[in-house]
Amino acid sequence: MQINRRRFITSTAGLAAATSLSMPTWAKGGSLTHAKRGFGEVSGEDIRLAIANHHFMTGGRSGHAVAVNGTVPGPLVRLREGQNVKLHVTNHLEEDSSIHWHGLLVPFQFDGVPGVSFPGIKPGETFTYEFPIRQSGTYWWHSHSGLQEQAGHYGPIVVESAEPDPRYDRDYVVLLSEFTPIHPHQIMRKLKVGEHYFNRQMQTATDGDMSGEMRRMWGEMRMNPRDISDVTGTTYTYLINGHGPADDLQLEFQPGERVRLRVINGSAMTFFNVRIPGVPMTVIQADGQDVADVEVDEFQIGVAETYDVIVTPPAGSHALVAEAMDRSGMGVTSLTSHKGHIATPPALREPVTLSMTDMGMMDHSAHGGGGSMDHSMRDKSAVPDDVKVGPGVDMIAPMPMDRMDFPGLGLETVKHRVLRYTDLKAKRMNPHRTVDREMEIHLTGNMERYMWSFDGKKFTAVTDDPIRFGFDERVRVKLVNDTMMAHPIHLHGHFFELVNGADHMHQPLKHTVVVQPGGNATFDLTANEPGDWAFHCHLLFHMHAGMMQVVTVRPFPAPGEA
Amino acid sequence: MRVVALPLVLLSAPLAAQDHAGHAGHSAEPTPAAQEPDHCAMGHLPPEKCPPKSEAEPAAEMDHSAMNHAQMDQSEMDHSTMDHSATSQPSVDHSAHGAMTDKSAPGAAPESAVPPRALEGPRHAADLIWGESAMAPSRAQLAHENGGMKTGMIMLERLEARVPTDGGDTGYVWDAQGWYGGDLNRFVFKSEGEGVFGAELEDAEIQALYSRAIGPFFDLQAGVRYDIEPDSRAHAVIGVQGLAPYMFHVDGAVFLSDQGDLTARIEGEYDQKITQRLILQPRVELELSAQDIPEREIGAGLTKVEPGLRLRYEFTPEFAPYVGVEYEAKLGVTADIAKAAGEDPDGLKLLVGLRAWF
Repeated sequence: MQINRRRFITSTAGLAAATSLSMPTWAKGGSLTHAKRGFGEVSGEDIRLAIANHHFMTGGRSGHAVAVNGTVPGPLVRLREGQNVKLHVTNHLEEDSSIHWHGLLVPFQFDGVPGVSFPGIKPGETFTYEFPIRQSGTYWWHSHSGLQEQAGHYGPIVVESAEPDPRYDRDYVVLLSEFTPIHPHQIMRKLKVGEHYFNRQMQTATDGDMSGEMRRMWGEMRMNPRDISDVTGTTYTYLINGHGPADDLQLEFQPGERVRLRVINGSAMTFFNVRIPGVPMTVIQADGQDVADVEVDEFQIGVAETYDVIVTPPAGSHALVAEAMDRSGMGVTSLTSHKGHIATPPALREPVTLSMTDMGMMDHSAHGGGGSMDHSMRDKSAVPDDVKVGPGVDMIAPMPMDRMDFPGLGLETVKHRVLRYTDLKAKRMNPHRTVDREMEIHLTGNMERYMWSFDGKKFTAVTDDPIRFGFDERVRVKLVNDTMMAHPIHLHGHFFELVNGADHMHQPLKHTVVVQPGGNATFDLTANEPGDWAFHCHLLFHMHAGMMQVVTVRPFPAPGEA
Repeated sequence: MRVVALPLVLLSAPLAAQDHAGHAGHSAEPTPAAQEPDHCAMGHLPPEKCPPKSEAEPAAEMDHSAMNHAQMDQSEMDHSTMDHSATSQPSVDHSAHGAMTDKSAPGAAPESAVPPRALEGPRHAADLIWGESAMAPSRAQLAHENGGMKTGMIMLERLEARVPTDGGDTGYVWDAQGWYGGDLNRFVFKSEGEGVFGAELEDAEIQALYSRAIGPFFDLQAGVRYDIEPDSRAHAVIGVQGLAPYMFHVDGAVFLSDQGDLTARIEGEYDQKITQRLILQPRVELELSAQDIPEREIGAGLTKVEPGLRLRYEFTPEFAPYVGVEYEAKLGVTADIAKAAGEDPDGLKLLVGLRAWF
């Protein structure tokens, strides 16, 4: 078998004009090493991407999609560290569109956020992004306009390192996402008006083992302990490389090969638990940045995160499972050494119920004590004065703890090894820096009104009031989650270092950090990319509800230098 | 001595200022301590409200020196940098992760010490590249798309037929409401009415209200109510609607009619899931009057109580038929009036209906 990972393919002419919604080769399970088939993969220094409306179907569900170069997901953009690239993006929609290069270090004006980095791409227009590639790793791209990302406007990015990478023999992208037949604007409206519209795993009178006392406490707070995911398998079909479970996607390998899986969570709203029962995974990258090897059996991946793992599966067919965090469905593909053999996926596990810790309380029940109900769940003295505690804030975590050692909702009790942020260590040393300034940002919301914000202020309240950093300033940012949902917080244009207990020269680099319910996560940022950048929760409908702010890093370079 | 004392005063001053600002109540109002330098630099504030630069910047420097001194005393440090942090509360002894939770950086400046270079330049970076006129529409669109959306719904709470168990005529009731607006400010309309099949409408009213959030779970509503039946009558309305602790949906309002009559109505309901789709809803409605209203056969006091139980099946959340029972009883003077007129003041009804929304 010829495996040539380093092979480059020049962009295929006519991709831009593609009109049928076929799957790209990479999504069909063609190994990236066999990219000669080319269709659906674009590379080189001049890349053309075309955004257009299409129809999409998987399993029994079908509906509208926004496709790029005729596919959902869009083509793999394959680049090489050190090259320059021009990406010509044509918008065939009837509304503005955009592409954000998630995780790529770019000049801010090419970051692709309409209203922050550029004016957006008008219908019928072609916009050219142009920047040098300063990094390697696994990333992704997606629309930053409206709710197009939910409709299919996203795809993977692989940046080959300048030096050969001997860690693997075969290379696959595993892009996780969702498809829904409901228009994203309808989803947003249902979230705003319908109480837990998509949740079919609510506690009922008889199910669950929660005591009457605990049920009353949740009721008293007007909170729902099954509030794991806002949008669920009741409308989502979970996709791997654009394939639903019914589409029988296969990823082939030869026994003995080291297979690199570039797992990208390109979904709008879903955290996934990723595992291959019986096959351990060695994590080598997080968010495109190398980490010291960690062997695990399962990991939870927040929206917009990426993890690269190496697996060496024994001969046979193995189910690669991406189970939605709320256990309402899963994406499945077969990792197989026998073409045509479909692995049997494991059953969905039991629904997840939130705990006291997820409300930002100490879990007294674990100690047998019952007197914990006296905590106020909206005590304004527990937040700094710059947090606006108005109707948009239904809860303040009374005792938020650092939860960077938490494996993710529903995975704290599984018997095998699960990745935690505290397992990650940067493989290469970071520059030594001392912290100049500390900052605390509260993640706030109101589930009943479906309002989401930072520090109690929706984006509309802070459009002209960015978070300010001096160029090269080193800031330690503590994110405090005053809600009962996990939020994947993404800062554009930078990598920050997780303050996860690793020695301070080896704190892992990330572009997105999950802040667990009722808990804290802390990162160190060296603000060394001048410009205005979006900073937001990457749950699409949370951002759409206002959980976003602009970060500005100043001074800006003079226009001539930019 | 003086070197230590002065920084402490300077540190406490912004905190006091923040406390004051916390009551300002305007959503976009930044706290002075965090944002004053910003507004001064951008010319939002008149010069007299801006601290002279030569004083403000040394003050920030002083903070640094204060920290350095305080490093000798860890508890002082915590007070200056962690002031309101919940993790610094005495809860730490409960913690299994004690050492990990304190991730404060000794010697770091507080959040409000934004370096002056972070305030330089135009308001928006992209204006330098693409021009203000090109960026403005997309900025407006961005705000609209990220927190500025308006939406609405129409909810038919009860559309039901009511069969009296004592053999009277079958009646009907409708109870609907709708709203349109943002997260906090909304236009709300409500309508309810009842009658007997084959006869004239007995009661019908419509309300138009402005609704404003007064807390995370409650809206204050004010507006007008117009009765079509039993006679044309207008009312001023003020009420509250929302979700009470233990997940009770409540809706209460006081009505002042154009005749000067003061009445009130309170509704409460609770959804108990039997399964994910089968929901048992106890519901109660109470009516009160401050005075006798003879033309409506109402006496002062508690006038009517209607406890009911509905069991609905949500084929979809939007479409849920139900069956139920409801007891309806006139009370006090109102009951006496009914009895005097030869009517039965109370009765049990079997219900078949639909709950739906769009």
